[in-house]
Amino acid sequence: MGVQIVLGRLLPVLTILLAIVALWYAAVAPMNIRQSLDMAERAGAAVTPPDARERSNTSRWVLMANNPGEIARGYSLDRPRLPTPVQVGGELWKTTGEMALKGRAFSKRSLIYHGWITLQSTLMGFALGTLVGILGAVGIVYSRTMEMSVMPWAIISQTVPIVALAPMIIILSSQLGVEGRGLPKAIISAYLCFFPVLVGMVKGLRSPGREQLDLLQTYNASGYDTFLKLRLPASVPYLFTSLKIGIAAALVGTIVGELPTGAISGLGARILIGDQFGTPLAIWAALFAAAILAGILVTLIGWLQRKAMRRMGAGT
Amino acid sequence: MTVVKAENLSLTFQTADGPVHALKDVDLAIDKGDFVSFIGPSGCGKTTFLRCIAALETPTGGTLTVNGMSPDAARKARAYGYVFQAAGLYPWRTIAGNIRLPLEIMGYSKADMGERVERVLELVELGGFGGKFPWQLSGGMQQRASIARALAFDADILLMDEPFGALDEIVRDRLNEELLSLWARTGKTIGFVTHSIPEAVYLSTRIVVMSPRPGRIADVIESPLPRERPLDIRDSREFIEVAHRVREGLRAGHGDEL
Repeated sequence: MGVQIVLGRLLPVLTILLAIVALWYAAVAPMNIRQSLDMAERAGAAVTPPDARERSNTSRWVLMANNPGEIARGYSLDRPRLPTPVQVGGELWKTTGEMALKGRAFSKRSLIYHGWITLQSTLMGFALGTLVGILGAVGIVYSRTMEMSVMPWAIISQTVPIVALAPMIIILSSQLGVEGRGLPKAIISAYLCFFPVLVGMVKGLRSPGREQLDLLQTYNASGYDTFLKLRLPASVPYLFTSLKIGIAAALVGTIVGELPTGAISGLGARILIGDQFGTPLAIWAALFAAAILAGILVTLIGWLQRKAMRRMGAGT
Repeated sequence: MTVVKAENLSLTFQTADGPVHALKDVDLAIDKGDFVSFIGPSGCGKTTFLRCIAALETPTGGTLTVNGMSPDAARKARAYGYVFQAAGLYPWRTIAGNIRLPLEIMGYSKADMGERVERVLELVELGGFGGKFPWQLSGGMQQRASIARALAFDADILLMDEPFGALDEIVRDRLNEELLSLWARTGKTIGFVTHSIPEAVYLSTRIVVMSPRPGRIADVIESPLPRERPLDIRDSREFIEVAHRVREGLRAGHGDEL
């Protein structure tokens, strides 16, 4: 019985995972064929066509068909255009678990260190964004003026590309004498995170129907009671849904905040540095570290949500 | 003693399609301890009238007093308990927690709250269900809990807006019977909106038949039935006669629309 449940939940996930991995492996050969042939040529092997410039004008599929013996090389390049999952996993392990085992988890070369830097700003931005989102939603629900004035700006704010805004926030905050990148990164992260919280909370605080509000009216309940005993608890399911989106957005915001030149720590900086130094494995490892971090954060909020909803009487 | 008194009461809603006369020249007095039903087709103003008593709507003409005060003053004095068609229990509160809601808002002491919750749960035959959450209860039980919630504080008037409208007939019969015994034990004045002729006749000491466009009173029937009413009174001659008169009143009010 238990085994069946586990299989029933795992099997679909594993099937998709397997499909992705298979597709990935299949893509490695055409993605890396040019590099493989360059390497082969340097090693003295006969390659068709032999001229590198001619090769760059030939389709990847033709190159693969003409040099079937060199395809395998693409799966073990040092700096592949597309590394294999195993290569990425290996790099990830080398920069996390292996360093931790050596007691160098927080060395500047370790992704645990960079992940920790990113996590700090993400959590700070998340807290800030959530606070702004909730306060904004309360204001919008209770004040017609705020609804008319704040809501359009909140929507417009999200249409400005964060990539354009991030460097400005960083420069501005350094001109204002803010030390380090922690705070500006948190602000960029909050900028992305507040919006889903705001929208979700506006919907949640407005979710009680007319009869429910009428009922409190018959008790002559104060506005404070209506908020505390009806609107706020009614908004909790909406809040958690928003928080899940919000924390993922906060992480993206932080990483974007780490991209502008000058940043040296954080997962975003690792991605940038990996690009500048031509080490695709480092980029991919940082990308996966970010994805894993996002997964952990969203799962954590899901767990909190289940706990909260159970306390609030939700059925199984 | 008159508890609710309406004279020339009118309520006109201004809509995009022009004014809608929800109530027009309604005169009615409800005495203490009465069980008054309001029956009529949709749009006859029966719910609107109940909401006026509760100060959830404001009349545009005439006078209305509740316990000798304006409806709004009566609402602030917590003169009535209101039961809506949907039980409207908070899903995040237990049954006891839901019944405690008005008591918390009205500032009752903790000990008093516990004692009252127990008492009204017994009154609606939900003893022992206080710790359950609403989703664990049937629709009929949820509606009983919502009645208990309206009874938990000391309001002499109970206003009920089609409280059993969404329930099946068997549950409805049972709750009707229970409501009568609850009324006998508590001596409350009850205003009850319904669509059902048998329900109105079975429950009420007075039946107010209303008709639509504009919403007005077509007939007020004093029930000849005794206050003590077993379910099988519905097969008696008097019952059938009253039901007939209600039906006639509804038909007359409808004009040639039927």
